[in-house]
Amino acid sequence: MAMDDERWVDDFRISPDMLRRQAEAAQAAGFAQLAENLRRAAELTDVPKEELLRIYEALRPGRSTQAELLAVADALERDYGARRTADFIREAAAEYARRRLFRSE
Amino acid sequence: MTQSKRFARLAERDINKETFVEAWPDAGLIVADGPNDPRPSLTLEPAPHKRVIEMDGKTRAQFDSLDTFIADHFLDLSVAEEAMATPSLQIARMLVDINVPADQVRRLALGCTPAKLCEIVRHMSVLEMMMGLAKMRVRKTPANQAHVTNRRENPALLAADAAEAALRGFAEIETTVGIARMAPLNALCVLVGSQTGRGGVLTQCAIEESMGLRLAMKGLTSYAETLSVYGTERSFVDGDDTPWSKAFLASAYASRGVKIRFTSGTGSEALMGSSEGKSMLYLEARCLCIVRGAGSQGVQNGSISCIALPESLPGGVRAVLAENLIAAMLGLEVASGNDALASHSAIRKSAKLMLQFIPGTDFIFSGYSAVPRRDNMFGGGNFDAEDFDDYNVLQRDMQIDGGLRPVREAEVLAVRREAARAVQAVYAELGFPEIRDEEVEAAVVAHSSDDMPARDIVADLAAADRFLEGPQDVRDVISALRRHGFPQIAANLTEMLRQRTLGDYLQPAAIFVRDDPSSPKPTFRVLSALTDPNDYAGPGSGYRLQGARWQEITALPQARSPHDFIADRIGAPLPNLHELGPARPGRFNEVIVCVGPAFGTALTQTINGLPHEEVLKAIFTGIAKEGMIARLIKAYHTSDCAQLGFTASSYSGSGIGIGLQSRGTAVIHKRGMPRLHNLELFSFSPSLTLETFEQIGRNAAKYAKGEAVKPVPVTVDNWARLRLIVKTALLHRRETEEVRDKPPQELFFDWEPDV
Repeated sequence: MAMDDERWVDDFRISPDMLRRQAEAAQAAGFAQLAENLRRAAELTDVPKEELLRIYEALRPGRSTQAELLAVADALERDYGARRTADFIREAAAEYARRRLFRSE
Repeated sequence: MTQSKRFARLAERDINKETFVEAWPDAGLIVADGPNDPRPSLTLEPAPHKRVIEMDGKTRAQFDSLDTFIADHFLDLSVAEEAMATPSLQIARMLVDINVPADQVRRLALGCTPAKLCEIVRHMSVLEMMMGLAKMRVRKTPANQAHVTNRRENPALLAADAAEAALRGFAEIETTVGIARMAPLNALCVLVGSQTGRGGVLTQCAIEESMGLRLAMKGLTSYAETLSVYGTERSFVDGDDTPWSKAFLASAYASRGVKIRFTSGTGSEALMGSSEGKSMLYLEARCLCIVRGAGSQGVQNGSISCIALPESLPGGVRAVLAENLIAAMLGLEVASGNDALASHSAIRKSAKLMLQFIPGTDFIFSGYSAVPRRDNMFGGGNFDAEDFDDYNVLQRDMQIDGGLRPVREAEVLAVRREAARAVQAVYAELGFPEIRDEEVEAAVVAHSSDDMPARDIVADLAAADRFLEGPQDVRDVISALRRHGFPQIAANLTEMLRQRTLGDYLQPAAIFVRDDPSSPKPTFRVLSALTDPNDYAGPGSGYRLQGARWQEITALPQARSPHDFIADRIGAPLPNLHELGPARPGRFNEVIVCVGPAFGTALTQTINGLPHEEVLKAIFTGIAKEGMIARLIKAYHTSDCAQLGFTASSYSGSGIGIGLQSRGTAVIHKRGMPRLHNLELFSFSPSLTLETFEQIGRNAAKYAKGEAVKPVPVTVDNWARLRLIVKTALLHRRETEEVRDKPPQELFFDWEPDV
């Protein structure tokens, strides 16, 4: 039993597969957007904490230029295979450009 | 001008400490149905593209970033045209109709634009909204969230209060900080405390977004709530986010298995000065569409920290219920406010609470201040630790599960001690500034941080900084707990981590309940929209408060056995009272006292503890002082006071009689009067004294002599009935038990008045 405990404690991170399973369950129960969120999350499990914080910061209003935010998206897709999340960030970039939410230079 | 004393008194009432203001739509000071709110509309590009090209009166080119997000991430385009074509009144009626399942309403709601959602609830009264909320709430079992903070950021007190809150039944505990850098330690203390009170309680620390994520990743919190969204682009940006950044943050939390909910609420945009002249509810509907679109499983809404603003306006409380309802319609978990100070008036705040309390929400409060409001660092405390007993009584009164349970002092002290000692051990092991035994002892019994010794805040902050930056995390906390003899708390923390790897609690409206409380190794079971879906469909369906949970709520520590109420009114039968035989009508000028069937035997004291013997002596003395003779009889055929008086007068030679119940209620009756009429009635038995009883005897004697009589003055105490009604009922019941088919009996009272 102690062994069990130690094993859970060693790594308390959820796996991408588990997140995708939860996404399927959410989708089936009628929570499509939650499911999409969990699919994005599944792509982010291996992204280090500091990296996540940097991406979040880049997405905040007035933080990035368009090129910088697109570079963030590209890096996420390239380094972690996070295609959905990258597309989501690209979509944000398009809207930020239209609504002037980028850092002015 | 003439001054009314009544108006002067009204001006002093708590309700008149509030601010009331007339609506001013252009400043956003209007709760709903604003003149500048758009009318609902939606145009889609024809198939196969099916893209929104117009929504609520704006073309796509005119969209701000919130509109774009709603159009592209919220609206279910497969149902939007049908939903928008369905009359709003019809959808409003579906919300109330118990024959329409929640799923059918939700399917349409997910195709409604923000303006359409507002148009639907516009048709509804608060009663209808409550019906709708009872049906649309996603989790079947209602729950509650606590605030645990203190002004001095004392770790032992945080842990003890969190433990008590968990024991009292809160499913979630939220803490925050006075000084932002303290967050890692406060989160740690509330985590350890909560898992001491009840394993499975979710905990969070409200703090700046990046810090919040770091705390969750260290395992110090198990959910996050303060992901705030706003209903105009300007206020969203002022809040330093966009719908996309918030949605990304939600994914980042989920990637570590951590539950989140967003926060929104009416009034925030007006408060931030950028309402665009729209009503609070319309802007909140936009928020909720963004919350759902971003993939948050739920929302904290119900105006939250802005509550005083809608409450200053006409219809404000109704609008706040409407925003809870819209959130539930969209399938979002709702933590429904009732947190920030909303009113000075106990009547007003309680009335407002009923709108969420009666239908039930996923979290009726977000949160309930489990500490005194002076220690609440959220500006919260609309209901606080001093209202716990009131709240428990409300649950018991209405047979409603408000998420709390009555607790015993001894069990509270035990978990508070355990939690404070546990966090003391963790601090020692992790090299944080010492928590002294004196602090532990103070925390066990403390009501507020005023009861705590001072700490070195500078040293605590330095430790908090090191903890945040260093490699230590919740695993070190678990090891410390194991090493120092807190295996159960360690096991609960471990189970919380295991649950993170499973992710079941990422589903909507998830809370943990303990699987098998008797098992030494805890496992938590998730109640969520998936495992505990709300199936309310009218009477006999949905969540019903019954069984063990109802027993738990009924068992107030203050509740006493009915037998306790009359035990002290039963004594040894009077030795000097002898029953002689059937009573005979009198022929002399006398006063008859007719007592009830339990008098002096089954019961020996009145309701306020006057011995029956002394009462008789007083009455007899009064009669004797007027030079009259008293005779005593006992009725067996009735326990009713009027009947006793009637019987007394009918046996009395003078026609004057006194009826006297065992509890002390008395009447003076005259033969020939109707049974329910009387000369004098003394119905306030608790206020009768021996002097009054002597006066009653005197007056009865004066009536018998045909003298003019001034009625005996009696004290009127309307609270006495409230205080004593149970005792009154039980004493009367006991007297009625003695009723027999037997004529009145002559009694000999072996005592002579010394007159």
